[in-house]
Amino acid sequence: MNAITPELGRHSWPVMGTMPDLGEQLRSLLGDAIVEIVEHAHETGVTVKREALVAVMTTLRDDPDLRLNQLIDICGVDYPDRAERFDVVYQLLSMAKNLRLRVKVTTDHRMPVPSLTGLWPVAGWYERETWDCYGVLFDSNPDLRRILTDYGFEGHPFRKDFPLTGHVELRYSEEHKRVVYEPVKLAQDFRSFDFLSPWEGTDYMLPGDEKAEAK
Amino acid sequence: MADLSPAGAAWTAEDTQDLLPPLKDGNSIQNYMINFGPQHPAAHGVLRLVMELDGEIIERCDPHIGLLHRGTEKLCEYKTYLQALPYMDRLDYVSPMCMEHSYVLAIEKLGGIEVPLRAKYIRTMFAEITRILNHILNTTTHAMDVGAMTPILWLFEEREKLMEFYERVSGARFHAAYFRPGGVHQDLPDGLLGDIKDWCDGYLKVLDEMQSLVADNRIFKQRNVDIGVISRDDAIAWGFTGPCIRASGVPWDLRKSQPYDVYDRMDFNVIVSNDGDCYARFMVRMDEMRESLKIIRQCLAEMPAGRHATLDRKVSPPSRGEMKRSMEALIHHFKLYTEGMHVPAGEVYVATESPKGEFGIFMVADGTNKPWRVHVRATGMAHLQAMDFLCKGHMLADAPAILGSLDIVFGEVDR
Repeated sequence: MNAITPELGRHSWPVMGTMPDLGEQLRSLLGDAIVEIVEHAHETGVTVKREALVAVMTTLRDDPDLRLNQLIDICGVDYPDRAERFDVVYQLLSMAKNLRLRVKVTTDHRMPVPSLTGLWPVAGWYERETWDCYGVLFDSNPDLRRILTDYGFEGHPFRKDFPLTGHVELRYSEEHKRVVYEPVKLAQDFRSFDFLSPWEGTDYMLPGDEKAEAK
Repeated sequence: MADLSPAGAAWTAEDTQDLLPPLKDGNSIQNYMINFGPQHPAAHGVLRLVMELDGEIIERCDPHIGLLHRGTEKLCEYKTYLQALPYMDRLDYVSPMCMEHSYVLAIEKLGGIEVPLRAKYIRTMFAEITRILNHILNTTTHAMDVGAMTPILWLFEEREKLMEFYERVSGARFHAAYFRPGGVHQDLPDGLLGDIKDWCDGYLKVLDEMQSLVADNRIFKQRNVDIGVISRDDAIAWGFTGPCIRASGVPWDLRKSQPYDVYDRMDFNVIVSNDGDCYARFMVRMDEMRESLKIIRQCLAEMPAGRHATLDRKVSPPSRGEMKRSMEALIHHFKLYTEGMHVPAGEVYVATESPKGEFGIFMVADGTNKPWRVHVRATGMAHLQAMDFLCKGHMLADAPAILGSLDIVFGEVDR
């Protein structure tokens, strides 16, 4: 009911250069490294094979028609239901063509993603952040330490199965004369309301419903 | 004391070796490590720089960040789109409205939301006010880091006046939560435009006076010229954006090249310098403030009449007066502030030219009332990462100058 349908026209968000045949160009450049190309909301995203990432990025950076010369950002996204649950998302910018491109690879908590530190030094910290927050490994990143969380932190906090409240809390202990970690104690249980309307698509399982499904 | 060096000859490593106590077997002289921060007044927040020094020369510099990490991105996943908006103010707390800007534009792009022209003008004007707000803080504290105390005292008075404008539109001096999907929260109060105009007229003089204090000052130049030089190609490779990349000779400004709101109607110049040192970064910011004044003046002159937010009631709530009288308005009001708006599924990356550089929001929506993932592309993170590159071979006293010229705010870097 509340969904907004996207419509073209005068708008407020950034207008940038476009390349009408970008999809075909990517296909001819990258060949079978491509898993899929998504064009949505005036943006282009391309998912590529993990093993081919460095070759893909080098091609995109050096191709004279694209010249995606700046690596703007790397981040992770978690989809716990998938077999390879993590997306690693790279945002590229071409200053010459005024173009942005999103490159994605998928991985899980075990398979390392090739590091881009050889192509862009800025990748170093972004990969550290993705490792810290999601536990995605990066192959041949020279300095894969935690970056945002505390020294000695355990777990990867941005995973969907990591609780928002965390596992430990910190306080100053007068007894030990230093700060100490303790298991988190909530005065009130953590409450998460989704506020979604009960009339719109929520699946309620009433006791006994499973018998109907079992038939 | 006897003259140890031959007359006119430079000292070499062997000469100094003689002066040091004899080393025991297997020992050697080591560089020493110091902690710069985490509570250091020139670190502009909670930054711990672990530095390896050879005498006073920085051999290696390893910034430890995350001391202000609050998990903003994770918190956003548990809030509705509107509830997550005030977190943006708390990222770069010296330029709050510019942080909101990327966030609301991302929602508008995903939802294809139309924004009235007046709202676009208001947002553009306040984005530029925010730019001046930010540059005042950065340029004056940078000057203070290298020994000039007066600029901060002069310009913070002006900054206070700007925060009054913030307060008059949003009720808060810093954490405004003023930009909303579909427009701004409330229309401008009476008389504000005139007051902003009066302020613009006075500010240029104050800015010129402040610049005359430091720009040609011998000490200020000695501390900044040729310090922390980064070339054009290195700046691109290290992910520099905003004033930092423009100071290295790349004429790249998202307000010009990827205009949003009404920047395409604005007449202003992109400030570029070719030197790439701390002084260039400082001067680019000083001149940018003048360009921002031009944009503010133009917004004031052209400010159209009309609505301050979209009439789409699935996005923007009705006014309180309307809500008290109309049943439908009441329902919309209630639904928007409990369930919140639904954003269609999809992914967008929207970047705006925040005062520090490219500030981007990568948003993954799953069609519900909460984002699946919000990632903040922090400008300062790329800049701070280059600290090691910029500091190598410089003196310890240059580190605060370099840090100041990069314009780091930890609310944004640590998120």
